[in-house]
Amino acid sequence: MAKDTVTAPKYREFREIPVIVEGAMAESKPYAAKPAHQESVGFPGELVDNWQNVAVKKLGELVSESRALQVFLDTCVKCGACTDKCHYYIGTQDPNNMPVARQDLLRKVYRRHYTFAGKYFPKLVGALDFTEEVRDLWYSYFHQCSQCRRCSVFCPYGIDTAEISMAGREVLDSIGVGQKYCNEILGKVHKIGNNLGLPEPALVDTLEGLEEDLEEDTGHKIRVPVDEKGAEVLLITPSADFFAEPHIDGLMGYAKVFHQAGISWTLSSYASEAANFSMFIGSHENLKKAAMRIREAAIELGVKRIVVGECGHAWRVAYSFWNTLIGPFDFLDKKYPSPSHICEVTYDLLQKGAIKLDPEANDHRIITFHDSCNVSRASRMGDMPGGQFIIPRALLKAAANNFYDMAPETIHENTFCCGGGGGLLTDELMDLRVKGALPRMEALAEVVEKYDVNTLVAICAICKTQFAKVLPYYQFPMDMITSLHQVVGDAIILGENH
Amino acid sequence: MTLTVLYAILFYVAAIVFIGGVARKIYIYAKTPAPLKIPTTPAPITKPGVAWRIIKEITVFESLFKSNKWIWIFGWLFHFGLLLVLLRHLRYFIEPTWFWIDLIQPFGKYASIAMVVGLLGLWARRFLVDRIRYISSPSDHLMLLLLISIGVTGMLMTFFIPINIVALKGFIMGLMTFDFKPLPASPILMIHLALIIVLMVIFPISKLLHAPGLFFAPTRNQRDNPREQRHVQGWSAEGQQ
Repeated sequence: MAKDTVTAPKYREFREIPVIVEGAMAESKPYAAKPAHQESVGFPGELVDNWQNVAVKKLGELVSESRALQVFLDTCVKCGACTDKCHYYIGTQDPNNMPVARQDLLRKVYRRHYTFAGKYFPKLVGALDFTEEVRDLWYSYFHQCSQCRRCSVFCPYGIDTAEISMAGREVLDSIGVGQKYCNEILGKVHKIGNNLGLPEPALVDTLEGLEEDLEEDTGHKIRVPVDEKGAEVLLITPSADFFAEPHIDGLMGYAKVFHQAGISWTLSSYASEAANFSMFIGSHENLKKAAMRIREAAIELGVKRIVVGECGHAWRVAYSFWNTLIGPFDFLDKKYPSPSHICEVTYDLLQKGAIKLDPEANDHRIITFHDSCNVSRASRMGDMPGGQFIIPRALLKAAANNFYDMAPETIHENTFCCGGGGGLLTDELMDLRVKGALPRMEALAEVVEKYDVNTLVAICAICKTQFAKVLPYYQFPMDMITSLHQVVGDAIILGENH
Repeated sequence: MTLTVLYAILFYVAAIVFIGGVARKIYIYAKTPAPLKIPTTPAPITKPGVAWRIIKEITVFESLFKSNKWIWIFGWLFHFGLLLVLLRHLRYFIEPTWFWIDLIQPFGKYASIAMVVGLLGLWARRFLVDRIRYISSPSDHLMLLLLISIGVTGMLMTFFIPINIVALKGFIMGLMTFDFKPLPASPILMIHLALIIVLMVIFPISKLLHAPGLFFAPTRNQRDNPREQRHVQGWSAEGQQ
């Protein structure tokens, strides 16, 4: 959608809960995957014959393999606690973007085919057959969920809509109705090793250019090595860090930290991607396959530690799933958690005095921090619950003198999604993305007004790209969005320790 | 006499459906694997921490409290009222009654008011709040109607039209010991018991499964320790040594 047709919704004066507008986003849908994209991730190229039955059977299989689905599909009492918690509902007012209604799109079909009440009394309990109309609703509204888990924080039974939308997308994939953005990108990871499809020579070339920039900026020979056997650390980072703004400044920040701490490190051209979009489409075969490249690269390069760069869903996959999927990590150094987040590494070095920061270097910045959803509600940093909120803020406060949090109901585990997570970061969904950013932008506007905040820091590649695109719709400068390790990198005192 | 036999049979059937159905569901929840670690974080790291998290959910509805104060107050009034009312009803099942059951009798009596007020509040929201109106199915309304009817018929007997509770206890004890006694003839009691039978039968096939389900939600009952302890289950355990 062209920029001129998309406009940002107005800020809500008293943060009132918007009234429902049925069908408001019924037309929103991402581009369909082409046969080649589908087949590259192991799904049928186009709509299969007998798709109704295939879909219903697949749904039954998924439920029987997942306690979460089994329980979540039974336990919802329709209390309504979640109805005002989704940023897409707040921004679009479409009732199907209320978490319970989104879940019900799948629950109705499940009930029709797998429960007594739905089989014999479908009208009474609102059960539905999987018709073409229902299939279209699934495609539209399961692609209006960023799987941010905010609703699961507030649900009295812990029902996580992310699990439901992942299952819905997997059922659709299994009948040949995939989404282009996720499946095309995932195919590139399987073939080349990163989301961009950036082959080894191009990667090496890019990183060499980066080393030159770093030397020019700092006067120090700071390396950005790739495929160096015997390095201590393998850094797995989102490939957006290699070329996108402001991501690349974050990568230079990591390089400065490793350089100053004297830690040898390397990237891998084989496993040059932290992102794993398999999670968004709920496909565990793909999830494992994409993650396995990282284990292979770590063994091949003989590293002692794996460190993950700034990326939200990638950190969820790494922190919560890697040990399950590609562990055990018995070949790595047991002194460090496997994997470690780059923020954990930097924080640890700061505590030990191995690096020093000069906060005055960031005096031109008045900073606020956006908690990314997957980091906040699906992972941890450090050794205590909530470390994922404490550590990034501790780094920012050590690296800068001006830090202000946004309103408490919009940070930590209550954080609002940037509006572009969960495999929705594609141009044809710009209307949805702009509207979905509303609650975050409202909270940002408050601290801009109150404290003259001029820097919005994030630790997620998707958040950074999304904000760079969406901030201007809300009359903020796009370069407000900054990588955490750019702030750290600007403050780090180079050279003194060695 | 025929009514006694009918109710006796219905109660046995309802008890079998209720216990068997819920046990079956619990078995399914327990045996279905949780292949990945998905606790909603920040989550407890230790087992006692997880137990504490779930205890808070059951006793004070912690997540709901964070979420919506109206639903919380009505929901909590209903559930807490129901708990006291159920405890009060234990006197029909135990002879001689334990002293604390005697002790809570007056509280259980007035708790029925809290229970019905809570239910009416929840029902009102299904009409008055556009979002909740949108997500309500006929079954959601009927469930509230059923629970309110049980509460109101019970209150009628407690406060206005007393029944022969000694005879009722005889009937219930008789069912449990297979030493059958007649059911006291009271139309309101018949309605009250018939509705309870309906509730027992639909429990295992309805959203009332939220009660056992809460204990099995991986988002709430998993520890946050995926790096410290390798978790494999179901498909994620396949092909592991």
